[in-house]
Amino acid sequence: MQRTPVATSRTLKLAAIGTAGGIFSGLLGVGGGSVIVPLLIIWLGYGAREATGTSMMAIVVIAAFAVTLQGIYGNVDPPNAALVGIPAIAGAFVGTALQQRIPERLIAVLFAVLLIVIAIELIVP
Amino acid sequence: MSEIAAAIMGFAGGMVGGLLGVGGGVLFVPALVIFMDETQVRAEATSLLAIVPVAAVAVWRQLGYGNVRVRDGLIIGALSPIGVGIGVVTANEISQRALELIFAALALVVAAQLIVRALRPDGESPVDEGP
Repeated sequence: MQRTPVATSRTLKLAAIGTAGGIFSGLLGVGGGSVIVPLLIIWLGYGAREATGTSMMAIVVIAAFAVTLQGIYGNVDPPNAALVGIPAIAGAFVGTALQQRIPERLIAVLFAVLLIVIAIELIVP
Repeated sequence: MSEIAAAIMGFAGGMVGGLLGVGGGVLFVPALVIFMDETQVRAEATSLLAIVPVAAVAVWRQLGYGNVRVRDGLIIGALSPIGVGIGVVTANEISQRALELIFAALALVVAAQLIVRALRPDGESPVDEGP
């Protein structure tokens, strides 16, 4: 199959998004979604719902790699991960169902609010 | 008591994650620092372990809703280990405060772009279809 320049540049953009998401995941312990979702929307013209679904696909892989590396540094606490993670699985069911019922623009604006909250959380010591 | 508070924040983190396509670390990390007395680095590492099953469940649900571009997600995920390696090594070497401030600044710039885009009258631009 002949690769068009458009397809190549698109794959390069996906690769760049992956690398950027991975860096922030490893640096700050977030899954990388806070980087991946806006880049898919702004850079690749994704709709907000597809951006979030595709981001989650990537996060499974990214978080699995990052937690393995953090495990080598001895930083992981499995009982506490279960304490927040098990209720969070129930929360993920609710969140994904809710997302199907709200407009895409609202999802993008809510995402912007999330980024502002993250920024405040990081700035305030 | 603090366990209950951490579990509630876990649920909220999963909900925000499912709604916005993030793992939920934004709430898991403070829950672990504030209620479970974890250090920042331990909380971040522990949060990553919680994120794996949460994201897997969200993907499963979103596949059902038709919102996952599997190929694109796998390319992003597969390329990220390079970034993760850089990130984890850097996080253990440089000032946490510098990291926090750099990411905060980036987050605010991106938030502004998303809001400007959402308010644009012509809405979302056409999707760049893959081959």
